[in-house]
Amino acid sequence: MEAVKVQDIAVNDLPWKIEYNSERCTMCGSCVASCTFKAIKVDVQRKSVTFSEENQPAPVHHQCAIPVIKQVASIENFCRGCGMCEKVCPNNAIRAVRNPDSRKTLLARDNGPIKRGGRTNLNSQRTLDKIIVGRISQMTDPSLDSVRHTFDIRSPLGRVLSPKELPFKMVDGELISMKKTPPVRWIYPLIFSDMSIGALSTRAWEAVAMAAAYLNERCGLPVRMSSGEGGMPVKLMESDYLKYFIIQIASGHFGWNRIIKAMPKMKTDPAGVLIKIGQGAKPGDGGLLQAEKVAPHVQAIRGVPKATLASPPNHQGLYSIEESVQKMHLSLNAAFGFRVPVAIKCAASSTSVSVYNNLLRDPYKICGGFFIDGIQGGTGAANEISLDHTGHPVVSKIRDCYNAAVEQGAQGQIPLYGGGGIGMTGNAAADAFKMICLGANGVFCGKILIQLLGCIGNEQGRCNACNTGKCPTGICTQNPRLVKRLDVDRGAQKIVDYVLAFDAELRKLMAPIGNSSLPVGRSDALVSTDKAIADKLGIQYVC
Amino acid sequence: MCRIGAIKSKKPVYPSTALRLMLPQQEGHDNSGFAMVMQDLFGVFALYKDKPLLSMACTKQGARLVEDYMAAQNFIKMAEWLPVPNKKPNLDIQAMPYYIFRNYDYPEHIEDIEKREALLLDTRLELRKILTESKQGYVYSFWPDVLTLKEIGDPRDIATYFRLWDDNGVLMSKNIIVQCRQNTNYKIVRYAAHPFFLQGYTLCANGENTFYTKNKEFQKNLHRGYIGFESDSQNFLYTLHYVLHELKWSIPYYKHVITPLPFAEIAQRADKDILLSIRQSLAHLEINGPNTIIAGLPDGRMMTCCDSKKLRPVVVGGDDTTVAISSEVCGINEILPDRNMERDIYPNEREVVVIDNDLKVIRWKQ
Repeated sequence: MEAVKVQDIAVNDLPWKIEYNSERCTMCGSCVASCTFKAIKVDVQRKSVTFSEENQPAPVHHQCAIPVIKQVASIENFCRGCGMCEKVCPNNAIRAVRNPDSRKTLLARDNGPIKRGGRTNLNSQRTLDKIIVGRISQMTDPSLDSVRHTFDIRSPLGRVLSPKELPFKMVDGELISMKKTPPVRWIYPLIFSDMSIGALSTRAWEAVAMAAAYLNERCGLPVRMSSGEGGMPVKLMESDYLKYFIIQIASGHFGWNRIIKAMPKMKTDPAGVLIKIGQGAKPGDGGLLQAEKVAPHVQAIRGVPKATLASPPNHQGLYSIEESVQKMHLSLNAAFGFRVPVAIKCAASSTSVSVYNNLLRDPYKICGGFFIDGIQGGTGAANEISLDHTGHPVVSKIRDCYNAAVEQGAQGQIPLYGGGGIGMTGNAAADAFKMICLGANGVFCGKILIQLLGCIGNEQGRCNACNTGKCPTGICTQNPRLVKRLDVDRGAQKIVDYVLAFDAELRKLMAPIGNSSLPVGRSDALVSTDKAIADKLGIQYVC
Repeated sequence: MCRIGAIKSKKPVYPSTALRLMLPQQEGHDNSGFAMVMQDLFGVFALYKDKPLLSMACTKQGARLVEDYMAAQNFIKMAEWLPVPNKKPNLDIQAMPYYIFRNYDYPEHIEDIEKREALLLDTRLELRKILTESKQGYVYSFWPDVLTLKEIGDPRDIATYFRLWDDNGVLMSKNIIVQCRQNTNYKIVRYAAHPFFLQGYTLCANGENTFYTKNKEFQKNLHRGYIGFESDSQNFLYTLHYVLHELKWSIPYYKHVITPLPFAEIAQRADKDILLSIRQSLAHLEINGPNTIIAGLPDGRMMTCCDSKKLRPVVVGGDDTTVAISSEVCGINEILPDRNMERDIYPNEREVVVIDNDLKVIRWKQ
């Protein structure tokens, strides 16, 4: 007998084990063909078979070779549990099963830190689920009718002046504006968050963009989409649809060569500019696009060779928030003639309130929004250690920032947007509503959009392979064969349907508290069944 | 639900008229209190219209504290009316020991109106602080030609107690804003009963303000006079004061602040940029929930408007001498039975109605 070599990787060391039933298998090969990770292969097994063909028992023993599907015992080609094999199998012969005894995390660092996509798999606790909309209009004031009444569901994006700063003059009983005020756009409180062309397949990005455009043009919902760091298609930038997009600039400045060249040909202004300072999933770390995903069209749009594209952890040349405000905000405001709101996105951090205070007190009044991204945000690629062990929950941070503004009487002057885990359980409207009551003007979400397109990744270690270029759903890959798996139209429709339901659900939450416009900062509408959460957020504790 | 009312007349009227306006509506309220603000006074205060009038309810010690403070500030006592109550047994009233209505002369001549207004406000706030800290009473208003009376109990009994049924010529005014209920949502506090008063602005509201928390958090930083917040209706007054007195905008913009037009409608307007800026910068003063407002302005004009869904009633009716605003028409029928009812106005959710000092009724849509 061969001696066991304990260092050899076995299937039971891996996070997912393939459960295969050879008797159901028709040998069609679909599962092997569909597995992008090469985690299963066709193999031949020796089989011992005993059978009898006579009227009386006359057992005959045979040894035969049969083809089987077998899991690859490899740390490189481990099964991610994506379930594509199960999805394509016509005969329910195969599926991936979670292995609670996995040793993969321990063993997978031979080539340096573990990298993956997705979101934190450790910190998936849900503060928002411990909060209830508990102040229901009964008797004293009537609940509204979510279907019959009109609801004004819009949020500002742009620098809002305090009432006394408005450059108004009364002339014959009417107010006249004496000076230009900072641009403010009233948009839908759900922003499609920044996922770049590159992180997403062009087709997946297109599906999200189509959904955004459809929601605007056909459904009357002014949903805005952030481009992500990686530029935008030139044709889109030169079209009328640009007004639905928030162009992002991050520390790598990827795509800005094209954006700047397109500027003279832009027919309309973009909805905004978003300066990305940090990302909730990997705070303090820059963007990362691994070479596997830098396909020719990504090279073209970003103006780079095929190589791993690492954005620096910070904007080079910015050493302080004052500089950030002066240099980046001013230059980006100036670039669009002070007609386009310029907002900033930071990873949630213990220091978020200080950052927000600095922005509120900036004398130029040019920061048009503060986007706070929490630890439960997703990413296309990051070191696992960053994903699981760095970051900050977003819920209390939004509240802290709002309360800091309230202290100064400056609430609403720099709109607050919260993201990172919004819709994590599938109920984005409830999450958004609670965030708004705590002080957010709106929310942004990314992960849920790609999940609607078909992404099957989750925060329990399923798939999380966005960084590999082998995305089994064709969403986070540039491999044309895989991208074909994605039906762009159906994907876009799924997002549209979800947002329409989101809108109806928001009304369903606004109506019982008797509000026809967004209850920004209406913390009295919320209660919590968790005393610590109630105390921290300043809402009623109930049991 | 409260019922609110107001009377504006060319001839001075008695508080009993205000009571007669309110009592037919009693099914809608619980008769738990009586509160009124009288403006443009006749009767005992007719000769001192330009002198600030202090309205307060207190204990003996409270009265002394106030006197000491006012003397120390060099305010000079001019005239005074101390009601001699009718202490008939079994009256439903939680009376305070003393009710003081006293005119003062300014410590010195102050030419600047704003400084004068600031002095009156600061004095009232200081008196309120003194009385609150010592738990010796309540000060409701300190303003020329304005009298405030508030008490807990049955309005009919309160009127008996203060001899308001007698129509004895002591208290009369051309403008009265009135309400017959204590705040029932929260703790019963005298300060929580509307009408509320601030620097010439009086306001009564019937309804709920579901944006109370938002309003309050914002208003706290806007002005030193925006205090108390014992009732969610105070927000309406503070916003009225802020828009008209602090920002110095005209009345139509008050409506745009508290019940802004939907974005789709703003987009159709010629003044959309202004309206959007207002909606942005004063977003936290928006009022949601069902309500009707009746307000008195420093110059004597009165106005009324409703929430954006018209969830609370109000009616305006009158004749050549008197115009009344009331939650229910039965109140106006009681005091003005012979008016032309066809000319009654039931303002809609976007309408503002202003009654000027010639009793001309001006109405417009937001």
